[in-house]
Amino acid sequence: MSPDSVQMAFPLLSLLVWLPILGGALCLLLGNDRPQAARWVGLVTALAALVLSVPLLTGFDMGSAAMQFVEQRPWIPTYDIRYHLGVDGISVPLIALTTLTTVLVLVGAWSVIEKRASQYVASFLILEGLMIGIFAALDAMLFYVFFEAMLIPMFIIIGVWGGPRRVYASLKFFLYTFLGSVFMLVGLIYLYLKGGSWQLADMVSLPLTMREQTWIFFAFLISFAVKVPMFPVHTWLPDAHVEAPTGGSVILAAIMLKIGGYGFLRFSLPILPDAGHEWAWLMITLSLIAVIYVGLVALVQDDMKKLIAYSSVAHMGFVTLGTFIGFSLVRDFGNTDAARLGLQGAMVQMISHGFISGAMFSCVGVLYDRMHSRRISDYGGVANVMPWFALFWVLFAMANSGLPGTSGFVGEFMVILASFQQHPLVAFAAATTLITGAAYTLWLTKRVIWGDVTNAHVAEMHDINVREWIVLGVFAAGVLLIGLWPKPLTDLMEPSIAQLAGQLAATKL
Amino acid sequence: MPSAAELLPLLPELVLVGGAFVLLMLDLFLSESQRVVTHLLAIALLLATAWLAAAGTGGQGVVLGGMFVRDNMSDVLKTGACVLTALALVYAWPFLRQRGLYKGEVAVLMLFAVAGMMLLISAGNLVMVYLGLEMLALCSYALVAIDRDSATASEAAMKYFVLGSLSSGLLLYGLSLLYGATGTLDLAQLHTAIASSSETTLLLTGTVFAVAGIAFKFGAAPFHMWVPDTYQGAPTPITLFIGSAPELASFALAFRLLEGAVGPLDERWRLLIAGLAVASLVVGNLIALMQTNFKRLLAYSAISHIGFLFLGFAGGGAQGYAAAMFYVISYALMSAAAFGAIVVLSGRGFEADRIDDFKGLNARNPWLAGLVLCIMASLAGVPPFLGFWAKLAVLRAALQGDMLWLAIVGIVFAVVGAFYYLRIVKVMYFDEPVGELVPRDDRPLQVAFGVNALALLVLGIFWNPLMSWCQQAFGA
Repeated sequence: MSPDSVQMAFPLLSLLVWLPILGGALCLLLGNDRPQAARWVGLVTALAALVLSVPLLTGFDMGSAAMQFVEQRPWIPTYDIRYHLGVDGISVPLIALTTLTTVLVLVGAWSVIEKRASQYVASFLILEGLMIGIFAALDAMLFYVFFEAMLIPMFIIIGVWGGPRRVYASLKFFLYTFLGSVFMLVGLIYLYLKGGSWQLADMVSLPLTMREQTWIFFAFLISFAVKVPMFPVHTWLPDAHVEAPTGGSVILAAIMLKIGGYGFLRFSLPILPDAGHEWAWLMITLSLIAVIYVGLVALVQDDMKKLIAYSSVAHMGFVTLGTFIGFSLVRDFGNTDAARLGLQGAMVQMISHGFISGAMFSCVGVLYDRMHSRRISDYGGVANVMPWFALFWVLFAMANSGLPGTSGFVGEFMVILASFQQHPLVAFAAATTLITGAAYTLWLTKRVIWGDVTNAHVAEMHDINVREWIVLGVFAAGVLLIGLWPKPLTDLMEPSIAQLAGQLAATKL
Repeated sequence: MPSAAELLPLLPELVLVGGAFVLLMLDLFLSESQRVVTHLLAIALLLATAWLAAAGTGGQGVVLGGMFVRDNMSDVLKTGACVLTALALVYAWPFLRQRGLYKGEVAVLMLFAVAGMMLLISAGNLVMVYLGLEMLALCSYALVAIDRDSATASEAAMKYFVLGSLSSGLLLYGLSLLYGATGTLDLAQLHTAIASSSETTLLLTGTVFAVAGIAFKFGAAPFHMWVPDTYQGAPTPITLFIGSAPELASFALAFRLLEGAVGPLDERWRLLIAGLAVASLVVGNLIALMQTNFKRLLAYSAISHIGFLFLGFAGGGAQGYAAAMFYVISYALMSAAAFGAIVVLSGRGFEADRIDDFKGLNARNPWLAGLVLCIMASLAGVPPFLGFWAKLAVLRAALQGDMLWLAIVGIVFAVVGAFYYLRIVKVMYFDEPVGELVPRDDRPLQVAFGVNALALLVLGIFWNPLMSWCQQAFGA
């Protein structure tokens, strides 16, 4: 028996993709008359997926940059599209983050969502399966199918369970991301016609002229920049976040934004290294604008969710900065170590931001369930009535401002260190986030949590219950674990990151 | 007198036409309450014909002095046309029945329309092209006018008839120029004559008229004027019929004339087709944005989909035609499902053809809402639904034909189009229901609709057989 067939013996990745989708279908069949049954089906399915991601982590060979748990079979032979799944050090942590976050979202919504609960649970389960599919797909068309199909459940989530302007927000979300991704489709078809294969590995080894690379680079850029989102195509995010129900915001911030960053790492960097190098200055500039300008925008928000949404854009700026600074470091300075550091930082930042933003949106959800308001000025002195909640909030706020010891610090510090090797000014500009980030987060905390109880509604609020405790507790554990002991995570990613850094250096011309 | 061997490839047509005549006679002896016999026999006849075509019974070949061509493409298209018409009949039964419109002629007219389509699909001669086309068109005019007491339906039929005749005239004029320039009516001989001809002015003029006629039949902009009024005015099951199966015949018309006859001039007509594609994408998608009537919206959506289909033609080559054929079959299925949704939701004396009639459907009937969601996602071209793969195929064809700009126009308008399909989803899922709307409790209808809508998802995941069928038709 060849090693390949041994790996195909147990279709772990397929199970991770399809189990949630089938669970979602089951919830839909249960119908809206049996919400409690659907909740249980949802929780059991999500927990099963979480349990399945354990062997993914334990069975993963950390010493190898190769794709693992590979499954490959023909899907559409006439167009040479293959059902090809596999994971490396970049996708494994993101899949684990997805399975964990989905469980937390379902627990968090347990008794909160009463309207059409079955469909709510089903939407999140289907979304989970599709997102895992995105991270596991090694066939570009398969990736694209998951990438686009994901829009429908999210559209429904925002539109059905969202706030007052949900229709506007959901349509904006859908059309923005749809517009972005269709350009990518044309780019992918071009690569297929040129190379005769949809396999990512074949696209990576396909020689391309500078002109081709530039066109495809921008086609991919539109698609992924909208997802990340990068300045100036970030404007859908505040709307979508504000109007989405808590669970939708958490998934959006914790995972969906990462798909943009993942796309850069998986597609733009290895397939288009020369165009990436050529346009790295643009990407670095846009990232810095996101970090500085959008950070300042966050400062003046009067809506909690909007503030966190803008802070997400600023933090994702570090992801794109760490990703694209690598080109300059490798090619202009020959400094592969720094490039690896930047890429590592981008990845750590993605995982960390997944925990922090998920936690922050969950916190706002907890407040919203009690007050039905997201306006900062409606709150004040929450710590007096909700001490446990205040404890968690302050922890997440510190992490969001990048306090050492929390996960927020690790990724940002790595990216800043890497960019220092490129130019101290870039590092300086990026490091201003430590000031602006602290400013908007701590000011928010001061206005909402600290001080005297400002009104009677706040005085009536009760502290978090066990369910909310579990959700916030798990997030807190993640934030602290990565903050204090990031080594397992970086070890997991290291071989794949090193391979990626090598791909940055290799020209295709 | 043709020999029996020469007639064998016509077996599906002979069975269909013979059966249609028998049904026409039989129906005379049936009372109103026994009409279901005609209905069921017509469906059975269509399915039998589809089977004969799909199985290739009778064998392929060019017979009757080049008049009739039976090849892979014609078998695929004939099967599709028969199955889609059978589906249209299933949808038509309860709707037309309740309105007292299901006369025996409905079924028989559809059967003869299918016969026209099949002759057109297999045409090997300009005369045959025209005969098949007119046979289809005359039946369609009568079907649209079946609700003769309705002013809108009569108006629709009138417009359809006048503009349809005009387009037939255009086409005929173009064909006569081609005949005049080459002296032959046979498509294959036309092809050789044009390939060796140096005189192009007359040929090009003829081609332009032929293209205009084709565009009229498809409903491509700027020859789309009849589409919105006819689609909106005709009884919904009739709209469903004329919006699905005849598109397959139009595809055959375009292929036989453009590639089969004037193929050597393809560098010229490809540009014409590309221009028509852009016009259809722009007009169809932009005007659809403003519609409040669902049938009218679907009419403009049809125009935009023809634009996409033309991407495959403009790309050309075996892959391009296979892509266009894949597109037309997928679109016909989606279109049937979309009009089917109106039929399913329409109650006695009430037609759910306004977008507002779909308000809050999810709260009333999540199952139906889910099915309509599938249809809309497929029309919008969201994977994994069938409509996405159809778009992928034609985009690939356009890129392969070095028409990147056309592909870009296509995808930009695909996004515009997504907006109005999403609006239906929005109305169903995000709005609260108003008024009473009881979906028709009719088992066969609901089963047919469910199968039709879910086919878009199932075929979207397993589309390989369909594509391989289309590729085989062109030897790709």
